[in-house]
Amino acid sequence: MKETRFNIDENRIKRRIMLNNRVRDLFSVVIVLVMAILLVLLYRIGKDSIGWLDLQFLTSNLSIFPEKAGIKGAIIGSLYMMLVVIPITLILGVATAIYLEEYANDGKVQRFIKINISNLASVPSVIFGLLGLTFFSRMLNLGSSILAGGLTMSLLVLPIVVVAAQEALKAVPSFLREASYGMGADKWTTIWRVILPVALPGILTGAILAMSRAIGETAPLVALGIPTLLMRIPNSLMDNFTVLPIQIYYWTLDSVLTREYTFLAAATIVVLLVTLFILNSIAIVIRNKFQKTF
Amino acid sequence: MKDNNMDIVYDVKGLNLWYGDNQALKDINMKIEKNKITAIIGPSGCGKSTFVKTLNRMIENVDGVRTSGEILYYGDDIFTNKLKVEELRTRVGMVFQKPNPFPKSIYENVVYGPKIHGIKDKKLLMKITEESLRGAALWDEVKDRLNENAYSLSGGQQQRLCIARSMAVNPEVILMDEPTSALDPVATMKIEELMEDLKKDYTVVIVTHNMQQAARISDKTAFFLNGELIEFDVTSKIFGTPKDQRTEDYITGRFG
Ligand SMILES: Nc1ncnc2c1ncn2[C@@H]1O[C@H](COP(=O)(O)OP(=O)(O)OP(=O)(O)O)[C@@H](O)[C@H]1O
Ligand SMILES: [Mg+2]
Repeated sequence: MKETRFNIDENRIKRRIMLNNRVRDLFSVVIVLVMAILLVLLYRIGKDSIGWLDLQFLTSNLSIFPEKAGIKGAIIGSLYMMLVVIPITLILGVATAIYLEEYANDGKVQRFIKINISNLASVPSVIFGLLGLTFFSRMLNLGSSILAGGLTMSLLVLPIVVVAAQEALKAVPSFLREASYGMGADKWTTIWRVILPVALPGILTGAILAMSRAIGETAPLVALGIPTLLMRIPNSLMDNFTVLPIQIYYWTLDSVLTREYTFLAAATIVVLLVTLFILNSIAIVIRNKFQKTF
Repeated sequence: MKDNNMDIVYDVKGLNLWYGDNQALKDINMKIEKNKITAIIGPSGCGKSTFVKTLNRMIENVDGVRTSGEILYYGDDIFTNKLKVEELRTRVGMVFQKPNPFPKSIYENVVYGPKIHGIKDKKLLMKITEESLRGAALWDEVKDRLNENAYSLSGGQQQRLCIARSMAVNPEVILMDEPTSALDPVATMKIEELMEDLKKDYTVVIVTHNMQQAARISDKTAFFLNGELIEFDVTSKIFGTPKDQRTEDYITGRFG
């Protein structure tokens, strides 16, 4: 029989419920505040873009006349850059994660590498820009081409993809590996036929989030010296280019001189935000759709 | 009983196993016979799972495991590389305690093994599927839904699917680690009924906590205690006239 007993203080329970309610109110206020700031920002940008964001804006080249200026070049530049970033980060990122999670022994070296990949994910992006400038632009003589920009951006988001893929691989239940090994499957067969299919939604979610980071990032490209004004539309990986966030950056800088640039920048921001919003929604849909097997 | 070599599937000689510094199996000597059902019983933590997982070297996936001694599989030591571990596990199938189908269709689960062995012929794969599912007494329940996800099956059906999956590669031995412990009595009975049929084609080693189950289905029973093989004999002897006091204490429920 249990000997120690204590009386239950009903006032204490009431006090705890009170405290719980107060804490909940506090957090509600905070979230409302944050949302309000966000809404104000969105509202001002949306308002500024009205009248400027139209089909003509999306399909025209840059122009010295604000009314005629468009972001076709920046859109194509962003697309081209992603053409470099997506295959490089997916292939290198997933391969690295597979090696680290499935093949590498848990030795000191491997643990050192794992920790530092996570660290790399939090290095300021301008540092990657400087690395890209030194290595891709100068040493490999790629200048400020799409290839140089894409490679630099790949370096920046690679750690994110690696970490996301590692988490996705780790989340595959061990009983599935056991089942496969128990059937006489070797490691690669198990990875290819069992582990990767289960981990794929997680990997894709992480990869899409990494891609939206790459689309929105400015600093590393500024460090590479991506040109301000670019009248020509790029048509090969070795051409110079500009991207949406850079376009926003320079228009905002110059808005002191030419007031209309504020509106052009706002309209570009809306385009970029909508793109990112769509990408993130896709990531969420993938995650919800596939992650209920177990 | 004659000791003809072809009748001995496994000959375990002086097997020791350590998890780090902790010895889990101590000097096990045991011969497992062909087309018999061998039951492994003993209290929790005595090394039953460790022992069966050693028989197909699955135990090596655990970090820090060391073994000494020999396990001869039809005369070949499984710890030397004469027999590749992939080949051993193809010839020795395993059914786990918790049903572990792949998150694929029922059909894809069954043909997983044949496919990794390079079989592509659709007709042949379908034939294998039907035979294996019939062998696991599951065919009639799933024949109209082979393309449904395996996780839409009940726990007992999932376990029989796992049995079918391991049968699809024509193993010689099937190892089962408490295959019915996660199942209800009806599902358990279905699997027990299966056993009689299984031993015509396979050698079965089954770990069980359920003494009645061991007595009902097995030909020989091994009693483990604290990592040692205390007694190994014909099932009726173990449950009727055990030689060792500890065996008797265990089967009469005095401990464990
Ligand atoms: N992965 C592991 N790492 C370290 N020690 C382990 C591991 N697995 C089992 N052991 C130890 O080995 C001994 C035997 O364990 P085992 O799982 O083989 O017992 P069991 O007879 O199957 O028990 P149960 O009936 O509860 O399943 C136990 O003392 C256990 O603590
Ligand atoms: Mg066990």
